[in-house]
Amino acid sequence: MEKPLLSIRDLAVDFETETGHFRAVDGLSFDVPKGKTVALVGESGSGKSVTAQGILQILSKKAHIAGGSILFNDPMQGEPVDIATLAPSSDAMRALRGGRISMIFQEPMTSLSPLHTIGDQISEALVIHAKASQAEALERTKEVLARVGFPDPVRALRTYPFELSGGLRQRAMIAMALITHPALLIADEPTTALDVTTQAQILDLIKELQAETGMSVLLITHDLGVVANVADEVVVMYRGRIMESGLRDAIFRHAEHPYLQALMRAVPRFAMAEDERLTPIREVKSATLAEAHKPERIEPKGPILSAHNLTKSFTLRSGWFSGHLRTIHAVNGVSLELPVGKTLGLVGESGCGKTTVSKMIMRAMAPDSGQVLFDDGNGPRNVHELEGDALKDYRRCVQFIFQDPFSSLNPRMTVYEILTEPLIIHGIGDADMRYHRAKQLLDMVGLDRHSLRRYPHSFSGGQRQRLGIARALALEPRVLLCDEPVSALDVSVQAQVLNLLKDLQTALGLSYLFVSHNLAVVDYIADTIAVMCRGYIVEQAPKTSLFRNPVHPYTQALLAAVPDPDLDRPLDFAQLRADRFSHPNEWPEPFCLEEGEEGFMKEIEPGHLVRLGRLSVEEAA
Amino acid sequence: MIRFLLRRFVTMLVTLLIISALVFLIIKLPPGDFLSNQIAELRSQGEADAAAKAEFLIKQYGLDKPVWQQYLVWLGVMPGENGFSGLLQGDWGWSFEYDRPVFEVVGDALWLTLVVNVAVVIFIHLVSIPIAIFSATRQYSVGDYVATFIGYLGLATPSFLLALILLYYSNRWFGISIGGLYDSRFAGQPWTWEKIRSLLAHLIVPTLVIGLAGTAAMIRRMRANLLDELGKQYYVTAKAKGLTPSKALLKYPFRMSLNPFIADIGNLLPHLVSGSVLVSLVLSLPTVGPILLSALKSQDQFLAGFILMFVAVLTVLGMLISDLLLAWLDPRIRLGGGR
Repeated sequence: MEKPLLSIRDLAVDFETETGHFRAVDGLSFDVPKGKTVALVGESGSGKSVTAQGILQILSKKAHIAGGSILFNDPMQGEPVDIATLAPSSDAMRALRGGRISMIFQEPMTSLSPLHTIGDQISEALVIHAKASQAEALERTKEVLARVGFPDPVRALRTYPFELSGGLRQRAMIAMALITHPALLIADEPTTALDVTTQAQILDLIKELQAETGMSVLLITHDLGVVANVADEVVVMYRGRIMESGLRDAIFRHAEHPYLQALMRAVPRFAMAEDERLTPIREVKSATLAEAHKPERIEPKGPILSAHNLTKSFTLRSGWFSGHLRTIHAVNGVSLELPVGKTLGLVGESGCGKTTVSKMIMRAMAPDSGQVLFDDGNGPRNVHELEGDALKDYRRCVQFIFQDPFSSLNPRMTVYEILTEPLIIHGIGDADMRYHRAKQLLDMVGLDRHSLRRYPHSFSGGQRQRLGIARALALEPRVLLCDEPVSALDVSVQAQVLNLLKDLQTALGLSYLFVSHNLAVVDYIADTIAVMCRGYIVEQAPKTSLFRNPVHPYTQALLAAVPDPDLDRPLDFAQLRADRFSHPNEWPEPFCLEEGEEGFMKEIEPGHLVRLGRLSVEEAA
Repeated sequence: MIRFLLRRFVTMLVTLLIISALVFLIIKLPPGDFLSNQIAELRSQGEADAAAKAEFLIKQYGLDKPVWQQYLVWLGVMPGENGFSGLLQGDWGWSFEYDRPVFEVVGDALWLTLVVNVAVVIFIHLVSIPIAIFSATRQYSVGDYVATFIGYLGLATPSFLLALILLYYSNRWFGISIGGLYDSRFAGQPWTWEKIRSLLAHLIVPTLVIGLAGTAAMIRRMRANLLDELGKQYYVTAKAKGLTPSKALLKYPFRMSLNPFIADIGNLLPHLVSGSVLVSLVLSLPTVGPILLSALKSQDQFLAGFILMFVAVLTVLGMLISDLLLAWLDPRIRLGGGR
């Protein structure tokens, strides 16, 4: 049998912490065969990224390889090298790093320097390893950029990372990694920060390039859907150890280890039964939720919150101090209705205007036209005309849950201060009452009552997100606006938070507007789903009919791009390449919208609306 | 770009105008002025001649007029005794204390101040940047603690005290006088090669003394900035590309950490003038600082006003320079407008 490209045996990585040694990777052994993709799967903190950094010897200063071997059997060199014995800053190691083993990272924005052009950063890798001149390197860079799908490679050489979309940035990262023709590509969560359609394109690109160059890929991810679609072999890690490893089919069809089975049950998927519940790996019990009850209040007869024809455009200044203005129509005639006690899911790719809509509903931003109506039981009132006490009441009734649990909590405030701040702002209760309320809130979200004196940094991502939810609940709101509340979390924790949100809704009668780019998540939590693209709502339907019968081409493309952790439902990359549908004038008739055209929403079955273009208006007339 | 510069120039002019009004107002706030104080003194000593001359000066410079009229004349937008003659016309006024035109009083001092302080700024950067890089890349090592300790010592040592000590010991051990900016025999002489050499030799001690406190502060700030950047993902990317550690460091995180310092140039320039008054006094440096101090004390209004305006112009220009430099160095500012 051919020797594997990379062969890791009994690898151990230690971290020096203030409390002593901590073994992040413990006795890890696996192989990466030539030309194959091996997926390293696990939650955050399972040691998968540390393993990758160990292979490249770019571990942080506090970490070091404590034992084991990393045999790299480079076909270009003959004799295998044990990377674990090389010094991190030795010339031999530097030649491997970026030359024979390249790496791409999760966050394409922060992984590229904002001060240097794409061309500079990519060609640099070639200048170091191939001893190419600057001019040759730039020429090669141009070719590679064209290969990874840059529409205008010559111009791309001179652009800066922040001028590119997330997908293009990740393509630039891939170009940078591949320009030296490495034998091994380590991809650390390469698509986690991207939209589903972009994710599918990037995965497709990596597969293609792999077929072309015959390199091996070590894919690090927590997304089992991605694994099912691109990996040949799978290694499952938990707390620095391997739980299970083997060929993809064996792993997915006959998961043996309870951890892997649990991981699979925690992922929301489309084929779930109506009232099936996700099973988080570690269930969190909410102590008082069973006894919690809806506050006594008059419920509105109609929808609690509704938006009518919301429109918002932004003007951007472009270029060097120039006065040239560009107008961007972020939201075009968006109408939504949120019934009491229900969840409305708003789905779309980044930049489609979904966050702008939620900001206008929160009255953090004024619409150019259209209105938001809120009904607290005394009839609907226009949110943007509320003043004084009425506005304060509205603020109390509508609370926000943020995407990033790390930056949305003030690191200098204790949990107690964070939870009672809303009460103080609204002048509710005295110190005693606030103290009890804070404890009660912690119980509700399943956090320990004794954590009141702790600071946010001592909590994990999922715990912080539950703190954020507790803060939002402090004022007994009626509506929660959730902006991507689980997209920064691991799958296992994601299931916890989603279940918590569901339970809270049942217990407290809350209504949710749930904004997300993850269709499976929205499918799990929402009752009605609206799909947005380029500021338009293109399709809106109860979730069962939307996923059973998606009509709009954009919705279909979006659904087709979601990787499912089910081997029998693989992504159809060829189809995805053909149908992008990201711009209204690429949509086929009768959906096509010309520039500036709004079209209209047609009801094709009860509650199921689709946006059609002008041509069909004429037909109807 | 042109539009941007034009807009900036207009706002700069407006800013300077407001500053000039404030400067003049504050100088005139205490009751009396240099001349009326002097006249009272001369009268009490019975020197009528001198008093008469002073009264002539009062008339000449319109010190008997209301403050707002004096201001406008000083600015050069209202005719005084000699017609339009103020800052705008390049007439910087008369120093009563020195009994000479302001221009002559500050002439040499202005550029000597610049020489001393530019030397200080260069010294600070040359010393502190390498130390900061050293201690940031070896955070919590022995070297880091030593550098930090020395830095704190420098920060805590009053510079005038250090100046006095150096003054004393250099005289005692080497028998040289380090006061002044050139040997006393060159005073009033034209600038010759000899005099420049003397200037350079005399620059060493003031640079060291004034620079030391600044160096310590700069090390601390640079180290903190760099530590922030060292944790960033793009630095890992650079290392993963196979760059040598020093190249990866200098090209990426170091370059990023420079931004706050470029933004600081605007603050640096006025500091050049007013920052080192105490040391200048102790070392008897012929710089603007001590002149400004005495002018303010004796209410020598045109002299003080001119120096303060000079500082203001430096500040505004410094801000413009740092903005342009930032835009040049950081594409996010240049191209990211409107976000």
